[in-house]
Amino acid sequence: MNQSSIVLGTAVRLMLPVLLVYSLFLLQRGHHAPGGGFVGGLVAAAAFSLVALSDGPGRARRILRVQPLRLMGLGLLVAAGSGVVGLIWGDAFLQGIWPKWAYLPVIGKIGTPFTFDVGVFMVVLGFALEVFFTLLEDE
Amino acid sequence: MSIEHFAAWVVMPLLATALLLAFARVFTGPGLPDRVVALDFVGSLLVAMIGAAGVMTGSAVLLDVALILALVSFLATVAFARYMESRRQS
Repeated sequence: MNQSSIVLGTAVRLMLPVLLVYSLFLLQRGHHAPGGGFVGGLVAAAAFSLVALSDGPGRARRILRVQPLRLMGLGLLVAAGSGVVGLIWGDAFLQGIWPKWAYLPVIGKIGTPFTFDVGVFMVVLGFALEVFFTLLEDE
Repeated sequence: MSIEHFAAWVVMPLLATALLLAFARVFTGPGLPDRVVALDFVGSLLVAMIGAAGVMTGSAVLLDVALILALVSFLATVAFARYMESRRQS
């Protein structure tokens, strides 16, 4: 049942880093161009799904290291937390706030919209992988 | 003839014809493998069409869309292949 093909395994080993970097790129450029947390999460989920298809869901879970359900919860917490930041220091829930000190060389200014997108990224990744792993382990 | 017109009046109709033929194979294909290969071909055609649309409109972001679709349609074909393999063995 679970003999994996060499071609698929090699292709996945080459594509996994590319897909993960590309998902982070999509997450980062979110606001000004097509992309964002949702698409980035889907691309990252596709990367881990490929590993699960070639080497089995157990290995994909080991590579992910975090349980997908925990990833979903943490992502919801991050997204809601970035909304609360706007509620406390701004005028309304989910208002965008860019602190002066929050600046990274490559990413640029980091505000609550970016952290919200990170939360969406984690929720989508966790949800898609939880569904996919459960379906695959059910076979 | 500019390259935008070439993409709109030569490349796109050819790709659309190929898409019609591929869909005909999806509908009439005698077996499941024929349909899966035809669907994979449809995915490749969509990548080409999105690229041609990027040339037509001059927007480079469509190339990123084509890149994502190329990566993800591969996943769909692999999943189909696994499904067929497990069905054959049971």
